[in-house]
Amino acid sequence: MARKSTAAKVGTQPVRNSTLDLAHLSVREINQLLHDADGGDFLIQNPRGLHAIAAGLDGDFNVTIDGHVGYYCAGMNKRASVMINGNAGTGVAENMMSGRVHVKGDVSQSAGATGCGGLLIVDGNASSRCGISLRGLEIVVKGSVGHMSAFMAQAGTLVVLGDAGDALGDSIYEARLYVRGQVGSLGADCVVKDMRDGHKAALRRLLDAAGVGGGLDVSDFRRYGSARALYNFHIDNLGSY
Amino acid sequence: MSRRNDRWVHTPRRSSAIFDKYAIAEIHRAAATGIYDIRGFGAKRQLPHFDDLLFLGASISRYPLEGYREKCATDVTLGTRFAKKPITLKIPITIAGMSFGSLSAPAKEALGRGASAAGTSTTTGDGGMTREERQHSSLLVYQVLPSRYGMEPDQLRRADAIEVVVGQGAKPGGGGMLLGQKISERVARMRTLPAGIDQRSACRHPDWTGPDDLQIKIEELREITDWEKPIYVKVGAARPYYDTALAVKAGADVVVLDGMQGGTAATQDVFIEHCGIPTLAAIRPAVRALQELDMHRKVQLIVSGGIRSGADVAKALALGADAVSIGTAALIALGDNHPRWEAEYRKLGTTAGCYDDWHEGKDPAGITTQDPALTQRLDPIEAGKRLANYLAVLTLECQTIARANGKSHVHNLEPEDLVALTVEAAAMAQVPLAGTDWIPGRGRG
Repeated sequence: MARKSTAAKVGTQPVRNSTLDLAHLSVREINQLLHDADGGDFLIQNPRGLHAIAAGLDGDFNVTIDGHVGYYCAGMNKRASVMINGNAGTGVAENMMSGRVHVKGDVSQSAGATGCGGLLIVDGNASSRCGISLRGLEIVVKGSVGHMSAFMAQAGTLVVLGDAGDALGDSIYEARLYVRGQVGSLGADCVVKDMRDGHKAALRRLLDAAGVGGGLDVSDFRRYGSARALYNFHIDNLGSY
Repeated sequence: MSRRNDRWVHTPRRSSAIFDKYAIAEIHRAAATGIYDIRGFGAKRQLPHFDDLLFLGASISRYPLEGYREKCATDVTLGTRFAKKPITLKIPITIAGMSFGSLSAPAKEALGRGASAAGTSTTTGDGGMTREERQHSSLLVYQVLPSRYGMEPDQLRRADAIEVVVGQGAKPGGGGMLLGQKISERVARMRTLPAGIDQRSACRHPDWTGPDDLQIKIEELREITDWEKPIYVKVGAARPYYDTALAVKAGADVVVLDGMQGGTAATQDVFIEHCGIPTLAAIRPAVRALQELDMHRKVQLIVSGGIRSGADVAKALALGADAVSIGTAALIALGDNHPRWEAEYRKLGTTAGCYDDWHEGKDPAGITTQDPALTQRLDPIEAGKRLANYLAVLTLECQTIARANGKSHVHNLEPEDLVALTVEAAAMAQVPLAGTDWIPGRGRG
């Protein structure tokens, strides 16, 4: 059934600062309105686990979503700042290019998958494959992450204040991983690395950007990255795969 | 006993049917290296194929069209199910996805030039969209691959259609592979990888698994592009009935079905030759799935894998495809495996017609390489003209056959126009064995 649309436009110009209610507007209507706008502050209500909310934003937006969202919320985000006051389903901020996405609750699998830039903050826990195929996005998870996180991560940073599940950083390329808690196991070619001053400064900057209190000691984190032993296939490494 | 008669007292020299010269050579190669063989091209073994089908042509009961006077249309519109902006091709032949990285920049440009001149589309590949191919492709399909190398929303929006790649016929279930010698600085930058490493693409998408997730993924892609672009789903021919049905269920506008003869830039030989099913065997189950869902001609079907001639095009269309896609044949049209490079092929230990080490980046024709000196050998304008010529010939041939069978549009070709030369082909294509009314296995598709 088609939802009744509330007036969200004045003439042909989108209202820059609006409350958009998914009880009355469809995801399509809201995304179109946001795509037509060049920026503004928006509050989205009643997301009710719907998918692809605020996907494909490209502009100077501040979008707040009050409630839980489904798959791919803020997918491929550019420049926009999106706050989710709830939990998020699979692939939140997937392939994000820039901007900031902040989830106040927990997130499902593949959070920030293939993300290229910007900052993704998860106040709760992230399920498996967090930061999979990361390409430059910075992710800060204040809780723990599930197995296979940062699988094949190419660039960018994953910071985990809690624990990481099994096979962390499997087949990792040049991404940097910082974990404060326990790591279930490391994946193929992922190793513990020295935590030099430059890394500590970068981690401090990232924690500050994520709003994590100064009470955290960056020395409590361990750094993980690629041993670069599997970058070129060699028959002697067959047992590593 | 004279020497002349010695040969009669020994076991005659006899080659083994199963340990043939290729099998023996491969055992020697494996024993020498300890690693499987990687190569490009597609399946080379003998398989049931379009050559095993014949068109009947017109007769007393079928009325032909005049070959040079009566019109036989070839246009096809893709994306009519959901997309706000479906794309229309002048010919039912598209250029398959091939990456910049596996191919040189001039080769990608040439594909765009040739396809555009013919009024059809070309397709990106792993690594995203290059400026050359966008600039020279009037219709460009943007692939969303498991690796997501180079994937950017702006490129999605610049595309004319989107193709979610689940698999390819040469290696259904396998990811991409681009060895270090082809990871140039530019390729590495586009893929966010260190230069010179062996790039191993994922075989599964990072943010969805299964048809229910795929449906949501497609919904996201439509939302990001405001429901404008046709969305294709490409599958390797493995379980075509179910994969087609599931792609339709997931919301695809177009299903791309790639048989095991489909090409690859670099894959294990064992994968190429032993996984998937032949193109001929895949079409009818896919069409049956569409027909049962009342989606035939509503969700378009593009078939690829071993298309070489206008006869192949016509046969694929007659079996129910809306269009075909070519990859290997397009590269050959650009100049791959051309005898003019024979001396250089010999230096590489091969010969024109057999060169398939596309992964090594040493292609004398400048097509499957990133070597600056080699890539300069390919003139994208000239190569584009060759491709346009080839596409014109395929189209003319297809029209010739269609007119002979009395069709004013190539889409009017139908299974009833075909017979099979072998029992296997008859069973796979679900058309009668020539001279009989016997269709083996009829009813089970």
